[in-house]
Amino acid sequence: MTQIVLEGRGLTKRYGRVTALNGADFDLRAGEILAVIGDNGAGKSTLIKALSGAIQPDEGEMLLDGKPVRFANPLEARQAGIETVYQTLALSPALSISDNMFMGREIRRDDLLGRWFGILDRARMDRIAREKLTELGLMTIQNIGQQVETLSGGQRQGIAVARAAAFGSKVVILDEPTAALGVKESGRVLDLVLDVRSRGLPIVLISHNMPHVFEIADRIHIHRLGRRLAVIDPKAHSMSDAVAYMTGAKLPEGIAA
Amino acid sequence: MTQTTPDAVAQFEHRRTALESLQHFLHRFPTMVPILVLIVSVIGFGLIANNFLSPFNLSLILQQVAVVGTLAAAQSLVILTAGIDLSVGAVMVLSTVVMGKLAVDMGVPAPLAIIAGFLCGVATGWVNGTLVTRLRLPPFITTLGTWNIFIALVYNLSGRNTIRSQDIDANAPLLKLFGNNFQLGGFVITWGVLLMLAVFAVLYVALNMTAWGKRVYAVGDDAEAAALAGIRVNRILLSVYMVAGLICGLAAWSAIGRVGSVSPTSFAESNLESITAVVIGGISLFGGRGSIMGPLIGAIIVGVFNSGLRLMGVDVLWQLFATGWLIILAVAVDQWIRKISS
Repeated sequence: MTQIVLEGRGLTKRYGRVTALNGADFDLRAGEILAVIGDNGAGKSTLIKALSGAIQPDEGEMLLDGKPVRFANPLEARQAGIETVYQTLALSPALSISDNMFMGREIRRDDLLGRWFGILDRARMDRIAREKLTELGLMTIQNIGQQVETLSGGQRQGIAVARAAAFGSKVVILDEPTAALGVKESGRVLDLVLDVRSRGLPIVLISHNMPHVFEIADRIHIHRLGRRLAVIDPKAHSMSDAVAYMTGAKLPEGIAA
Repeated sequence: MTQTTPDAVAQFEHRRTALESLQHFLHRFPTMVPILVLIVSVIGFGLIANNFLSPFNLSLILQQVAVVGTLAAAQSLVILTAGIDLSVGAVMVLSTVVMGKLAVDMGVPAPLAIIAGFLCGVATGWVNGTLVTRLRLPPFITTLGTWNIFIALVYNLSGRNTIRSQDIDANAPLLKLFGNNFQLGGFVITWGVLLMLAVFAVLYVALNMTAWGKRVYAVGDDAEAAALAGIRVNRILLSVYMVAGLICGLAAWSAIGRVGSVSPTSFAESNLESITAVVIGGISLFGGRGSIMGPLIGAIIVGVFNSGLRLMGVDVLWQLFATGWLIILAVAVDQWIRKISS
C-alpha cells in the first residue's frame, strides 16, 4: 500500500441550511495524480478549499503525512507544503515572470541592505525562477523580466504551475488548469502536470474535462452530493461510466445505493 | 506529446504596425509619455516665451512645484494601490499647523515640533488606512470624509489665525529650513527642491528594489490575486497610507519654508494638484501601473505650462485650460496602453 500524503476524514461544511460537504473522505497517495470530478454543486470546490486552507470544515479531520493539521488560512496550508493553483491563477499581470514566481515570498539580500532595508536579491530571484522554469521545460526564449500580461493563457498557466511546483513540498492542487485553454495549450499544460508528478509531487487535479482527466489521472475521486461516492481506476472504467456515476445515473460496482 | 517546444505559443508572427509598436513601447515604459511632453513643452515655450529658458525662470519652476511635487509622491503611493487620497493637502496643512502651533505659540523646541508634525501625518495615514482596510470603505469616500475632518481640525487648532513669518524667524527658524537656497551656476535651488527629489529617489528604491514595493504593485494590480499568492493585502494598504501620511508631514515642513508662514487657508488646491501631477505622470488610476518618477515629471510639466503661459502674458484661465487637456490626454493614453493586456 502506497503512503497517503493528504487525507480527509468525515469533512463537513455547512453554509446556513446548505450542506456543501457532508462527511466527505479524501485521500491522496504519494506520487499520484488524483483527479476530482463531480457535477456542479457536488461540493468539490468546497472540498478543495478545505484542503487548501481557504475554508475551515465544521467537522472532520485532515491529516498531512499522517499528522493532523488545521489550516486557518491559505498561507498556513502553503507553509505546510500545500500549493494551490487557482482557476484565476493569482498572478499579477503587470509584474514580471520572476516577480510573480516570488510574489509574497521575495528573497532579500544577505547583507545589511537586505536585512535592514529589505532590498531584494534580484539576481538570485531571477536565477531561481529561470531554473524552475527550465526544469519544467518552460524556459527557452522567455525573458524572465517580461510582464506576465504579455504571455498567452497557456504560458500564464505554466508560470502558475511552475510556481506551485517550485514551492510546494508536499502537494500541488490544480483547479481547472485547462478550462480556459485551447487544445494545443491544454496538451502542453497536461504534459507539464505529468512533469511535476515525475518529480515526485502528488497532484490533486480538479477538472470538468473528462478526456483530460482520463489522459493523465492515476485515480479518479468522484464527488457526489457533498461526499466521496467512489474512487475509480481510469483504466477500468469508461468516460461515460464516470459521467453516469457523477450524475447518479449509475452506481459503481460494490457501492450500495 | 506535441513536437513543438513548450514556448512555441509565444513565437507566432504578428507584424506590428508603427502604432502598435509605439503602444508596446509605451506599455513597457509608461513614463516616456510625460518625458516626451516635458521635452516638447520646454522646447516649445523656450521658442515662444521670452526668458523662459533663463536659469532664473527654470529655478523658479522647480521651486514652485517642490511642495505639490512632494505631495504627489504621497499621492502616487496611494494611487498605485488603485486608491486615491483626497486628504493629502489637508493632512499637509494640518501638519504645518501642528508644527507652527507647537514651536511658535507653545515654545516647544523646533525639532520636537517638527517630529510631532510628522507623527500627525503618520496618524492621519493610519486613520485613512484603517478605514479603508477594516471598514472596507472605498478610498475615495474615506478620504473625502477625512479631508473635511482634517480641515475642521486645522481651523480648530489654528483658531483660523496665520502664524506670521517674523514670529517663526524669532522662535523657530528651523521650520523654514527648506526655504533656504543655494546657487548652482545661474540656478537657485531651494532645499525644498532637494527634499522633493530625495523623496522620489527613496520611493524609487523602495518601490523597485524591495519586497514591500513589489507587493504594493501586486496589491494595486489585482488585490485578490495578491491575497491568494500570500500577500497580506491589508497590511500593505495600511503601510501605504501611513507612508503617504509621513510624506505629507515632510511636505508640510517644506511648505512652511516655501510660503514663510503657517496659514490654515494656504494650499487649498494642493489635493487636486497632486492628483493632476500623478495622472499626467502616467500612473494608472486603476492601480499597479506606472513609474514613481512619472509624477515628478508630471508636477514639473504643470509648472512648465503655468510658467510658459504666464511669460507669454496670457490670461490665467488658459493655464487651467492647458492643465485640463493634459489630464485628459494622459488618461486617454493610459487607457490606450492598457488595451494591450486584454
